[in-house]
Amino acid sequence: MTLNVLEGSMAVAESVRLCNPDVIAFYPITPQTHIAQEIATLIADGKLKCQHIEVESEFSALSAVIGSSAAGSRSYTATSSQGLALMHEVLFAAAGMRLPIVMNVVNRALSAPINIWNDYQDSVSERDTGWIQLYAETNQEAVDLTIKAFRIAEDKRVLLPIMVCMDGFFLSHTMEPVDIPKSIGNFIPKYKPTHAYLDSKRPMSQGTFAYPKPYNTLRHELSKTIDKSNIVIREVNEEFSKKFKRSSGNGLIDTYKNDRKISIITMGSLAGNLRYVVNKRDDCGLLRIVSFRPFPKCDIIDALKDKETVIIFEKDISLGTSGGSLFEEIRSALYSLDKKPKIIGVVCGIGGVDVKTDDIEKIIESADTMDNGKIVWLS
Amino acid sequence: MAEDEKVNIAGIVTDVGNTKMKKTGSWRTEIPTVNMDICTGCGICKQFCPDGCIVIENKKCIIDYDYCKGCLICENVCPFKSITSKREDK
Amino acid sequence: MDDKSLLAPGYSTCAGCGPAIAIRTLLEATGEDIVICNATGCIEVTTSQYPMTSWKVPWIHVTFENAAAVASGVKEALIAQGNDKTAVIALGGDGGMLDIGFQAVSGLWERGQDVLVICYDNEAYMNTGIQRSGSTPWRASTTTTPSGLVSKGKIQWKKDVPAIAVAHNLPYVATASIAFPADLKMKIRKALSIKGPKYVHIHAPCPVGWYFESSKTVDVAKLAVESKMWSLFEIIDGEKTLTHKPKGVPVKDYLRAQKRFKHLTDEDIDEYQKRVDASFDKEFKK
Repeated sequence: MTLNVLEGSMAVAESVRLCNPDVIAFYPITPQTHIAQEIATLIADGKLKCQHIEVESEFSALSAVIGSSAAGSRSYTATSSQGLALMHEVLFAAAGMRLPIVMNVVNRALSAPINIWNDYQDSVSERDTGWIQLYAETNQEAVDLTIKAFRIAEDKRVLLPIMVCMDGFFLSHTMEPVDIPKSIGNFIPKYKPTHAYLDSKRPMSQGTFAYPKPYNTLRHELSKTIDKSNIVIREVNEEFSKKFKRSSGNGLIDTYKNDRKISIITMGSLAGNLRYVVNKRDDCGLLRIVSFRPFPKCDIIDALKDKETVIIFEKDISLGTSGGSLFEEIRSALYSLDKKPKIIGVVCGIGGVDVKTDDIEKIIESADTMDNGKIVWLS
Repeated sequence: MAEDEKVNIAGIVTDVGNTKMKKTGSWRTEIPTVNMDICTGCGICKQFCPDGCIVIENKKCIIDYDYCKGCLICENVCPFKSITSKREDK
Repeated sequence: MDDKSLLAPGYSTCAGCGPAIAIRTLLEATGEDIVICNATGCIEVTTSQYPMTSWKVPWIHVTFENAAAVASGVKEALIAQGNDKTAVIALGGDGGMLDIGFQAVSGLWERGQDVLVICYDNEAYMNTGIQRSGSTPWRASTTTTPSGLVSKGKIQWKKDVPAIAVAHNLPYVATASIAFPADLKMKIRKALSIKGPKYVHIHAPCPVGWYFESSKTVDVAKLAVESKMWSLFEIIDGEKTLTHKPKGVPVKDYLRAQKRFKHLTDEDIDEYQKRVDASFDKEFKK
């Protein structure tokens, strides 16, 4: 293993190179731009051989890779924020058409007002589209999850698109020591689809119209498939960790000092701040959600069943519920427990404001006095 | 509760051309008929039939009533007036 | 039935459908080594109702506005697979290709990808119930531009998409009509013989949306061409040539054949004739 100090975007571009996509399409948007530029440079230098479509919008970027994936080729794109929102309609299509596209989402706030800094309103808002969503804590994890994503997406038991989410700027534009494997060997075998291709010798129709009954069944199948994808995510995480000596917890969640009475919970790079707090104190441990979709309900229940208090720090808001989606979903997961922990939601980091460890600690310290279900907005 | 029926992944159809099982002839209210004495088999009706129900065999136009929706374009484009139509009683 | 056709019968287009004639004629010219990327619309929804499909060639539909972008991806995937033979066709109606999907079409043309873009133009959003499109002609009554006590139908002139195509420096642009199948097939074959982006715009009357008898589809299409309402031409590397010299029948004959123009008075039609003549002369009398 050789560590190189690399910007997050450069590191992710290198991981994409290792996975050998056949077709990529990008539309530039801050803070995704460095990934697009670096991959374009890899192609320009002959280090990555693939077809690059310089599209005129994010809508066309995803539409183009839907076309290339449906034609049977490994396909990749990346975007952020407004770009992801523009893709909204075709996100559903990519999942419903069962196309194993991998997309890095470099998380950024949504307009209005326009803002280029990091939060998760963009990807969390797309949670119901049928895409698997994995969140990276570090640049190393962004690299590893990107590699694993191709393997998971193309597994015959899955065949679903995956978003690998990484924080805009905090990861994408930050230099960190990263190991880029020299080769990933046969970790990702050649993509040979048996379900979807466009070959005039073996014609098929993709994207058909469906009346209520078959539509209903197809959506039910999709729902069952993404639920069951947790098995493959776990397996791939385990195989990756055997081969590369690194893992993302169990693939779905990651815990740190989880034997303590308080659990502080988050996704993405904010886990770094939370780890710092956990190391400083003796009353709290960390639960980090790696896979937001599929939502690892059982793993979460298992990790939280003996807790007195759980506090969720999240960089998204489900407007109209006062808090974030992760809070609502974890609260709902814990409903089945006889002895339910106190739960507190913290909306933080919206529009890229710093989340200070002092503030995190203050919330932990005042949790005792807060009502169960309280939501705090950390400005 | 009803069980899910079996579906192909992603609603993909590989049995291409299987709409031929759908007999759109049942839509028809007017029926064209060909006078074989006049028909020259020129194929103009075949060219313009929107539903692919016409073939030319032995220099004669054959209409496949399984699919003919009764639009009567064939009657209208026939240069020899070999096709006539009437109300179809079913 | 015509078993050799690449489009099997049994699809549910309306009786006398002009676009169905367009697609059947198109497929006679393409051969079977193609991929069709179809925008949402009449043809898409009537030919691919799960678990059935009429298409005997590889076919994909994703959404209304992205047929050209999907075709871009399909083309590059085939290249990546070492296949530069199979022709990729982006296909849709005037809504899908010229309005909501036009950005994707323009992007494809600008990138210069080897894809044939085809619009079957029935001059309104027929699949949703005859709403006006950018391609609806001047003064046609549609469900969103109804003629009324103070309205004479659509206010704007038909959008000139072939000219926009030429502005993208396409090596081949052509217009065609379902009433002139030999001309249409010649243009499709020529388009497919040229590498790069190309555009064929096919006029395809809709009996339901234009309000005429289903038997008259070809007659109406022919009248459009002979009255100069729709001209048949090709533009090769910017050089424009008429492929059919119109007889110059009165525009009135065309307009009166359809009820979407029935609100127009004789004076209105005189005005219409002048605009059509001026527009044709500007293009072809040089």
